[in-house]
Amino acid sequence: MGKLPMRARLATTLGGAAGTMSRLAGRGDGSVIGGVIGLRLEPDLLALLSAGRQIVLVTGTNGKTTTTRLITAALGALGQEVASNAFGANMEAGLAAALGKAPDAPLAVLEVDERYLPAVVTATKPRVVTLLNLSRDQMDRAAEIWLVARRWRDVLAGARGCWVVANADDPLIAWAACGAKDVIWVAAGQRWQEDSWCCPECGSHLLRDELGWRCGECSFRRPSTRWVLDGERVIDSAGRVSDLSLSLPGRANRSNAVVALAVAEVFGVDTAQALPRLRDVVSVAGRYTRLARRGRQVRLLLAKNPAGWLEAFDVLDPPPTPVLLAVNAQVPDGKDTSWLWDVDYRVLLGRRVFVSGERRIDLAVRLEADLVPFDLVENVDEAVAQVEGPGLDVIANYTAFQQIRIALGRAG
Amino acid sequence: MTADVPRGRGAHARTASSLRLVWVYPDLLSTYGDRGNLLILQRRARLRGIEVEEVLVNADQAVPQQGDIYLLSGGEDLPQILAARRLRADRGLYTAAEQGAVIFAVCAGYQLLGTEFGGEEGQPVAGLEILDIRSGRGERRGVGEILGEVNPALQLPQLTGFENHQGVTRRGPGVEPLATVLTGVGNGDGTEGAWAGRVLGTYLHGPVLARNPALADLLLTWAAGRLPPLADREEQWTQQLRDQRLAAVTAAG
Repeated sequence: MGKLPMRARLATTLGGAAGTMSRLAGRGDGSVIGGVIGLRLEPDLLALLSAGRQIVLVTGTNGKTTTTRLITAALGALGQEVASNAFGANMEAGLAAALGKAPDAPLAVLEVDERYLPAVVTATKPRVVTLLNLSRDQMDRAAEIWLVARRWRDVLAGARGCWVVANADDPLIAWAACGAKDVIWVAAGQRWQEDSWCCPECGSHLLRDELGWRCGECSFRRPSTRWVLDGERVIDSAGRVSDLSLSLPGRANRSNAVVALAVAEVFGVDTAQALPRLRDVVSVAGRYTRLARRGRQVRLLLAKNPAGWLEAFDVLDPPPTPVLLAVNAQVPDGKDTSWLWDVDYRVLLGRRVFVSGERRIDLAVRLEADLVPFDLVENVDEAVAQVEGPGLDVIANYTAFQQIRIALGRAG
Repeated sequence: MTADVPRGRGAHARTASSLRLVWVYPDLLSTYGDRGNLLILQRRARLRGIEVEEVLVNADQAVPQQGDIYLLSGGEDLPQILAARRLRADRGLYTAAEQGAVIFAVCAGYQLLGTEFGGEEGQPVAGLEILDIRSGRGERRGVGEILGEVNPALQLPQLTGFENHQGVTRRGPGVEPLATVLTGVGNGDGTEGAWAGRVLGTYLHGPVLARNPALADLLLTWAAGRLPPLADREEQWTQQLRDQRLAAVTAAG
């Protein structure tokens, strides 16, 4: 921290103290308040804290926190300290706090809220920007996704000395990245396609086949890729095939892992070095953990939007394992629950379904329309009490997830 | 001039035994749980023993002229402009409207039924001119729960939903508002939505037909004739949802 200007040093110190006090006072995990105070004292704090470090930014609608964790794990192979906002505090204050807490780390892996990416790219001058996917999410407070993609495109086209690692299978991501100077394209797959039926360039209907997507009218098409997720395996930039064999479940996490491997290679960490480190990641901020509760194993899955719910359904233990769906509509969740209707729940037929959360009646109406039988419960324990088999999977959106996590005792 | 309330397929007609629901351009216009409106119409028709055929028409396909109810949904600025251009060229929706089909439109779809709406820079864009309304961009975005008293001519309970738009809509003569706003923004002049004949538009999501099953039944009645009421057990969750949302918006207001 010695080379920081006086005011930035003061801002960081006071911010750090506030973070500690916040934790001691039980007012959160302290990952944001320090940054808020620091930024108020020194608006350029993020740029000052970023200077002289190699920074990786990670953004997208889904998978930010997990991918940030996986990249951090892979870069551990370099044997140097890596700063990271591991708990998902992904706006400017959270980023400043994460950097301020690790003043000597030469590397940083930071997840960034989609809306803040342009400002954060400008402030941090990253070595790598990682673009995962873009789909509808909390539309009452987020900008429309075509607008988000345009802003990304503008800032990345002007970024110098920056590698963009981008998912070529998501047309909106490809469009946002394709103006950048250096792009590493990854075939990371796209499970949710409801927000990309149309060409981002000209608006015409996109055609899809086994080779990917292309516009039926203009020349925009899926770029060819250097990295490929092929089922359970990764094909790396040298064409070598490796089994991923991750501890984290599901297709979405295999996709995140391939992206993490591509980022690691920019730093000279090859697949053979990185993969064992990715396999060691078993839980991310409480997600995927199995917790014992009254003789049952309860597993928590976070899903905040339709694309996330589809991916969570992929991860469920096979029927008849019961599932609890929990939905709130507080500010961090988005105040509107219309998105519940974008998810197809019929895949849940054949297992017992419980619903809880502050907006469980919205879910009840939704499930009724899909002819999926369900039971209303007040909380996770009421569901656990009714489970007959060994386990219960829980899918919850943001604040509902946090409530259940607290109810089950902090873990992970 | 007041709009007449349509009576379905003639006051004495028997209830139709099947309905064709056409969802127009879900690839361009479907950002916001809009499938829910289709699912609710399907459910409530089937519970009355009416068979439902669902037709999804993408923007590269012709709009069929023989539908009973056409749905147009919400979307971002550029897809909305593109949809208007394609629908004007396609003509299928015009023919359906002339033949008396029911058209139900939400948000971006509502705006594009009119003579004009605001484009991505706020510039005026030509609409379909199926409904005599004119929309532009307002000063600020209306986001939140909305509550309204429905136009007495329609004889429906209070309107509840969630709005998220920056549109301002003015009605021409012969077009009635769907509701008077109690809480929220709506058209921007104290009213919300519009209807004329069998064409009805609204800014509301939620989805609006899940929140307002009586409105779904009104559309079905226009298309299929008189409907028997549903059993209480078929209405219990919907009723609870309405009670909860009405209580929430009243408490907040």
